[in-house]
Formats: sequence, structure tokens, C-alpha cells
Amino acid sequence: MIEARDRQLLEHIQLGLPVCSKPYAEIGRLCDMPETEVIERLTRLKQQGLIKRMGVIVKHRQLGYRANAMVVWNVPDNLIKQLGGHIGRFPFVTLCYQRPKQPEWPYNLYCMIHGKDRATVLKQLEQLVDACGLSSFDQEILFSKRCFKQRGAVYKNTAVTHG
Amino acid sequence: MLTTLHKQLLNDYQHNFPLSPRPYQDIAEALGVTEAEVLSTFTELNDNNFISRIGPVIPPNHIGVSALIAMAVPEQHLQTVADKISAHPEVNHNYEREHRFNLWFVVIAADAEHLDALIDAIEQETSYPAMLLPMLDDFFIDLGFKLDLNND
Repeated sequence: MIEARDRQLLEHIQLGLPVCSKPYAEIGRLCDMPETEVIERLTRLKQQGLIKRMGVIVKHRQLGYRANAMVVWNVPDNLIKQLGGHIGRFPFVTLCYQRPKQPEWPYNLYCMIHGKDRATVLKQLEQLVDACGLSSFDQEILFSKRCFKQRGAVYKNTAVTHG
Repeated sequence: MLTTLHKQLLNDYQHNFPLSPRPYQDIAEALGVTEAEVLSTFTELNDNNFISRIGPVIPPNHIGVSALIAMAVPEQHLQTVADKISAHPEVNHNYEREHRFNLWFVVIAADAEHLDALIDAIEQETSYPAMLLPMLDDFFIDLGFKLDLNND
């Protein structure tokens, strides 16, 4: 679990680094922490993997990436790690994870593909299915339509992405 | 129209944004421009809604508890139901997808009790059952993304 001071820092930085000359000093003022401590803590959190990456978070849709497919498969549990690891290595895959099956939803392996158009995404998916040997598993493709809300998750000012 | 600087800032700083006292100055030096140009260009990207923010991406379930939730909602009620769900601050992504389960959203709560209470509240407000799909394992989560911005 994460220590209180780190949590406090993440609470303040989650809404975005200020666009100004000394943004970490600015964050430090908000949480009563010297600039050096802000930078040290963020550096350590990144090394520890509690910050997966630090940087620009783009809005795909606004930049022309209108086709977003969530692809799900029903794969045997004993193969899921291996398949997931393989899928995650494709450059057009932005997310890959395991979720539990449900009575009305027999899928346990998920990946997300962002592309400029549907045809490109479907071609990339075909490539992925062939390369990873996924063709024998039940699969569904769910393209996104309307986006009702998109932002980093906020709970009591703490950012997380993609539950 | 995106300039070269817009494109560089969008693509080259999704990872390893400088953790230094003057990060925008460091970026400016690396790109051969001024800090003022970097600051104004990031402001433009923000104003044009091309970026959500500059900040950390944190893997799920290290802070709080999160889950993906799916609902099957009749088309004529979808906007209303989606709006009710989006109104909760714990909800971040909320999308319509092409499926019988046509509404997909992610919630993040302080702990399991809070998550349960939130799901109960959403089910009551919308009167549709929520199918809960918490993450069990992540094989690849990054969201960094190489944008091809040349053919637009």
C-alpha cells in the first residue's frame, strides 16, 4: 500500500501538472512540500512502478483516432497469462487484462485497440488473432460509439486509470 | 492545424516527462525552442481538448478499488441512464459500445464497501442491473500511444 505523503502528492498532481515554469514547486505549494521532495517522491514512485508512466495523456478521439475496439475472448485460465503477455506486445494494443467471467458474459481476456478507422482496427485484430493463436476461442468485438465521459479516475482527488 | 511542435509534444512526452525543476525548459532545450513556446503550445493543446492532462498514470487497485461495469440499457433510455452514471465523481470512463451490453463505465472507490454502496446506488437510480467486472490481472496497461499525425 502507498504511504500517506505519497498519496497526498498524487491527489494534487492527478488533475494535471500546471503549465508554468516551475510546476513541481507549484504542486509542492498545494501540498505543503518542498519542490525537491515532490520530485524525489515522483521519481521513486515511478521506479517502484506505482506511477506507470508520467507524461502527456492524449485524447485519441480528438486527434482522429475515432475507432476504438474492446475485444474480448474466452480463453482457458491456464493459458491466459501467456496469451495476455503476447497480446500486450503489439504496438496498437493499449490495454490488455483479465476480468472474471459472469453468467451472461463468458469472457475473461480483454484488449483495447485504438485506430483511425474501423477497417484498420479489424485488420490489426486479424493480425493479432493469427499471431497469438486466438482463432479457436470465442471472441467479441465491441466498438465504442458515444463517449459520455472520459477523464482520469478521481476518488478523493486520487488518480487511477482503467479499473 | 498541428505544427511540428504540437506533434512533438503530443508524441514524445507521453513517457518520461522530465522530473526536474523546470521540465518545460528541459523540453524546450531538447527541441531547440524556447520555454515560452513550449508553455504556450501545451496551453493550446489543452484548450483544444487534444490532451486530457500531463500527469501520472497509476495502475489500478494500488490506490482505491476499481471495476469495469457493463449494463444493457434500451436505446431510448441510454442517454438518461448514462448521464445519471456520469454524474458520480467516482465514474471516469463512460462509453456506449455496440453490443447488447451497450454501456460500459469504470468506477474507482476508496474501498470495497464504498464500491458496493456505489453500485447499489447506481442500480437503484437507473433500475438496470450492473454487471461487475473487476480487474484480476493486467498484462499490459500503459495508454501511451504513438500517434500518426501526418495524414490528417
